[in-house]
Amino acid sequence: MEMPSPNPMILARKTTIVDRLRAVLPDDAVIDDETETRAYECDALTAYRCPPLAAVLPSSTEEVAAVLKVCFEEGVPVVPRGSGTSLAGGALPTADCIILGVAKMNQVLETDYENRFVRVQTGRTNLSVTGAVEEEDFFYAPDPSSQLACAIAGNIAMNSGGAHCLKYGVTTNNLLGVTMVTMEGDVVEIGGAHLDAAGLDLLGVICGSEGQLGVVTEATLRILRKPEGARPVLVGFDSNEVAGQCVSDIIKAGVLPVAIEFMDRPIIEIAEKFAQAGYPLCEALLIIEVEGSEDEIQAQLKRIIEIAETHHPVALKESSNPAESAAIWLGRKSAFGAVGQVADYMCLDGTIPVSTLPAVLKGIQDLEKKYGLRVGNVFHAGDGNMHPLIMFDANKPGDLELCEAFGADILKLCVEVGGCLTGEHGVGIEKRDLMLAQYTADDLDIQMAVKDVFDPQWLLNPAKVFPLTSSDSRRAPAIAA
Amino acid sequence: MTATEGVKMTTESLSPATSVEAVADQVRTAAGPLHIVGGGTHMMCKSSNPALSLAALTGITLYEPGAMTMVARAGTPINEINDALAGEGQRLAFEPADWRGLLGTQGESTIGGVAAANISGPRRIQVGACRDHMIGVEFVDGTGRILKNGGRVMKNVTGYDLVKLMCGSWGTLGVLTELSFKVAAIPETEVTLVREGISDDAAVARLCEAMGTPYDLSGSAHLAISGNTKTCVRIEGLAASVSYRRDALLEEVCAGFEVLEGAASSELWNSIRDVSAFAQSDGAVWRASLKPTDAPALTAKMTEAGVNFDAIYDWSGGLVWLLVHSDQSAAASLIRNTVDSLKGHATLIRSAPSLQDVPRFQPQHSILRNIEAGLRSKFDPRGILNQGFMD
Repeated sequence: MEMPSPNPMILARKTTIVDRLRAVLPDDAVIDDETETRAYECDALTAYRCPPLAAVLPSSTEEVAAVLKVCFEEGVPVVPRGSGTSLAGGALPTADCIILGVAKMNQVLETDYENRFVRVQTGRTNLSVTGAVEEEDFFYAPDPSSQLACAIAGNIAMNSGGAHCLKYGVTTNNLLGVTMVTMEGDVVEIGGAHLDAAGLDLLGVICGSEGQLGVVTEATLRILRKPEGARPVLVGFDSNEVAGQCVSDIIKAGVLPVAIEFMDRPIIEIAEKFAQAGYPLCEALLIIEVEGSEDEIQAQLKRIIEIAETHHPVALKESSNPAESAAIWLGRKSAFGAVGQVADYMCLDGTIPVSTLPAVLKGIQDLEKKYGLRVGNVFHAGDGNMHPLIMFDANKPGDLELCEAFGADILKLCVEVGGCLTGEHGVGIEKRDLMLAQYTADDLDIQMAVKDVFDPQWLLNPAKVFPLTSSDSRRAPAIAA
Repeated sequence: MTATEGVKMTTESLSPATSVEAVADQVRTAAGPLHIVGGGTHMMCKSSNPALSLAALTGITLYEPGAMTMVARAGTPINEINDALAGEGQRLAFEPADWRGLLGTQGESTIGGVAAANISGPRRIQVGACRDHMIGVEFVDGTGRILKNGGRVMKNVTGYDLVKLMCGSWGTLGVLTELSFKVAAIPETEVTLVREGISDDAAVARLCEAMGTPYDLSGSAHLAISGNTKTCVRIEGLAASVSYRRDALLEEVCAGFEVLEGAASSELWNSIRDVSAFAQSDGAVWRASLKPTDAPALTAKMTEAGVNFDAIYDWSGGLVWLLVHSDQSAAASLIRNTVDSLKGHATLIRSAPSLQDVPRFQPQHSILRNIEAGLRSKFDPRGILNQGFMD
């Protein structure tokens, strides 16, 4: 992926810029040493790296505002960073940018069980939001796989999802309000503890804007009471088509599982070898989880199993205790790690209409032959959010490029069947240059016009989301600064 | 109420477009400001500008029950959509309201109008608003460009989420022409627990307590009309699950509540959804959005000031509908100032003759006002689309 060349005038002013940042932040909150800035050279898309000009770690909204004011005045690009777990390169720096990390801002500011919300600083990790409210049996619903490490700031930037969003929705459906600092250093409050924010739905467009409209420092999040219990059932089929049909029938029947996860044969084999979860070796496995009281769980599972049996499953295992539930989830949860043991891999994130699942899986198999690389599929089937894992060898010259081309073809296939490039990871740099496969130049222009309003100089995370050729004329003033 | 006057076809009105290209053409060649009209049933604002009607841009263009998605052109009547979905045992879960009684309007509500106004009913507390269910949009901007955002899949973070920005923008950013929604299965059973005579603050406290149980309420409302109160909670789902949750709620939070089933339950929630208690009445109607436990503070202030009003607390109090019977101007300032101090906002849904100068929407703070004005100038540089509708 190409990144814009750094602005030599900014590089030349490094000392002045760093001095100005030191003047508004505590000493240990500004990192400009060339070895130390390496810690911020990449996120979880590790194939791309570039140390920033400097990194800053403010501790409050006021400090964030002060940093942005300096950067605005100096015309320096700013790349906001949560925990750096983006798989799309959302927090990848350029050599002339300041990394603005919110990791120090991890406090819970307000907890209100009556009104069911929690207000946190956005450097707090996803799982620790639930951690802050679980003593009262509440939880924060969006559950990206990286939830132990990923920050709410990044969840808001990417509108993160997770396995359980079939029932509870993604970040945008659980975000009530934000405190945001604009590139000019102004602090704005949007929304709050009430359900509908006033005026235009700015909250809706800020969530998922990949840190390009402002830096969100505080968030009001909806919390929910934990269900009384949850239990999965594991169902195996001898073809992807039949498994796909079963998913469709369950949805149509009106049972709403909290999660429906799908694994194909390559993933089942790799995960089973790694985790020994006791998975049957078949063509496709579904994990379907339901929630509620014991009676409710039984009633829902009964209905799901009835539907599954009409599709003649080759295996069916209903959990009868917490240990069995954990075993059913074990293989799924360790799938990415297991694949990582046997190969380097690239994880894609396209979403497709559920009805096209068998056709898309077949299409991916055809592409495997074309590119000579293996793919395993593990994904959130209920909402069609696929995660094809393309396995390659990073040490073999040309393999990464081959893998990227293969990935691009899979994502184009997702768009062709009526889906989209990314369901929950975001565009970042990874899918930036594919945006014109999904949108027209005009469609992208109106999105970029939104950024023009929030950040007229295009200083916030400027080289992401939009193809560089599309954003060129807008980024030009910043480069000329 | 004169809301319907603005939607009458004048001699200047454009002939209803039957394609998105025709809509784009009408916008591109417009000599001046336009007034965008679907069915005209949610229309709060008067306008003498020529009407750009979406009423002939109709039809469900895609419906996949197994994928829980439906796409329809903006002028498609809500009733047609409800019927098509019900045929497959599905529905729009956010419960779009019918405001015809409330606003004294006639005609057919359209899906485009529901989206433009982000109209959501009582189930919003459980499943989200219209904006949470809308997954794709096609619209014509103020320069006549046909634009798309989102699509027809439930999870989509490809680029900025303009679907949400367009939802609830009252036609001020573009003319909605086609919309995609996620739909949901109609549950097997619904049950309502209801009790009369609980005071407003005790009722809101009780509703918040019920929302904090694991019993997954899909409705939580309190009506205070003419001195009588009624507090209601709704649960929906598989029959076995509903009866379990009903009993648990009766025991833990809703002691002494009566049980309503079937039509008695659904009719009650339809009337809350449509604010039926305020239909065929005189006086201004306000819709205040607040933190639920702040709702009784707003109404207590009104009572203290001697305002004569009725109230419906939906979403556990997070949404307060107010029908003001007298002292309209004084009540208007009191409502706006109080919700502002409570960090909420209030919309004047149905105006009164003495409130001609009162803005429909809560005035925003200056930075947000500038951002909104900036967005409008990008989406509609000539300022011709429903200008001033959100002021």
